[in-house]
Amino acid sequence: MTAPSAPEPVFEAPWHAQLFAVTVHLNETGLFDWPDWAAHFSATLARHGLTRDLNGGEDYFNAWLETLETLLIDRGHAQPGDLRSLREGWEAAYLNTPHGDPVHLDPALT
Amino acid sequence: MDSRLSLGQSAPMPHDHHDHDHPHALLPPEPALRVKALETLLTRKGLIDPAALDEIIDTYENRIGPRNGAQVVARAWSDPGFRTALLEDATAVVADMGFFGRQGEHMVAVENTDEVHNIVVCTLCSCYPWPLLGIPPGWYKSDAYRARVVREPRKVLAEFGVELPEQTAVRVWDSTAEVRYLVIPQRPAGSEGLSEEKLTKLVTRDSMIGTGLAKTP
Repeated sequence: MTAPSAPEPVFEAPWHAQLFAVTVHLNETGLFDWPDWAAHFSATLARHGLTRDLNGGEDYFNAWLETLETLLIDRGHAQPGDLRSLREGWEAAYLNTPHGDPVHLDPALT
Repeated sequence: MDSRLSLGQSAPMPHDHHDHDHPHALLPPEPALRVKALETLLTRKGLIDPAALDEIIDTYENRIGPRNGAQVVARAWSDPGFRTALLEDATAVVADMGFFGRQGEHMVAVENTDEVHNIVVCTLCSCYPWPLLGIPPGWYKSDAYRARVVREPRKVLAEFGVELPEQTAVRVWDSTAEVRYLVIPQRPAGSEGLSEEKLTKLVTRDSMIGTGLAKTP
C-alpha cells in the first residue's frame, strides 16, 4: 500500500459533479428527502450489482443517473419524451458547434 | 493500494482519440448528454437554479473534505470534555463547529481503542458523513468494499495495510441514510504535546473511515 501522491479528484468526470449537484439541490428544495433518495438509489445499485461487481466509479454514477431519471418520471416531474428530445438536442448542438465555440442548445428546446 | 478494492478505475475519458481532427465540439459521453437534458428540463420547469448547482459543486470540491473531520478528531484528542461530548452527541458537537448539512444530520462518533477497531461501510449504497469527510472515494462505493468489509474485515484492513493485534476486536458499522459514523482513530504515539493544528495533519481520511490509522509524527 502506498500513500496517494496527489489528492484524488472529488469527481472523476464533470457530469458526475453536475448530476450530484442536481440531486442535492432537488433534495434541498424539498422535492424528495434523503432517505427516500437513498432507498431508490440502493435498489438500483442492488439491481445493477446482480450481474457484475460495481467499481464505485463510472458505474456508480450511471446507477445514480438512472435512479434520478426514474424518480422524476415516476413523480411526474419529467416526461421520457421530453428527456429524449432534449438529449438529442444537446447531441445535435455539440455536433453542429465548431470546435472551441461555446455549445448552446437550440433555443426552441429551452 | 486502493486498486485492489476498486477493481478497475473508471472508463477512459472521451478525450483519448487524438487521431483525427474535431471539426465540431467534442461530443460528451452518453450519460453526460442525459444529465444535460435533465438540467435543461428541470431549469425550464423552475425546479432547479443553475447558479445553485455551481455553488454546490464548489462547496464539495473546495470547501468540504476530510480536513473538517480531522479538526474534530484533533480536538477530541486534545480536549477530554470535547471528546466526551462528541461521543455522547456528535451531531450537536459537530454542528457547533460549523460542520453541518447534507448527510450530516445524524452523526455518531465511534472511538478506536486497544480493545476495538471501528470501520465504517454503507452496504446499501454509499451513505457517508459529507460535512466531515466530503464525497466518498471510489473504493468506498465499490461492491468489493461494501460486500467484503462485513464478511472479512481483517482481510480488507490488511489490504489497506492495517494489521491489528489479535486481541483487538473489529467492529463494522453500517451507515444508513439516517445515521452516519465518524471513526476517531487512536492518537498516535509520539504526538504528545502537539498543538491541535499539528494533530489535524496526522488525521487521514481513511483513519476516519477505519481503513487506516492516524499517521505518526
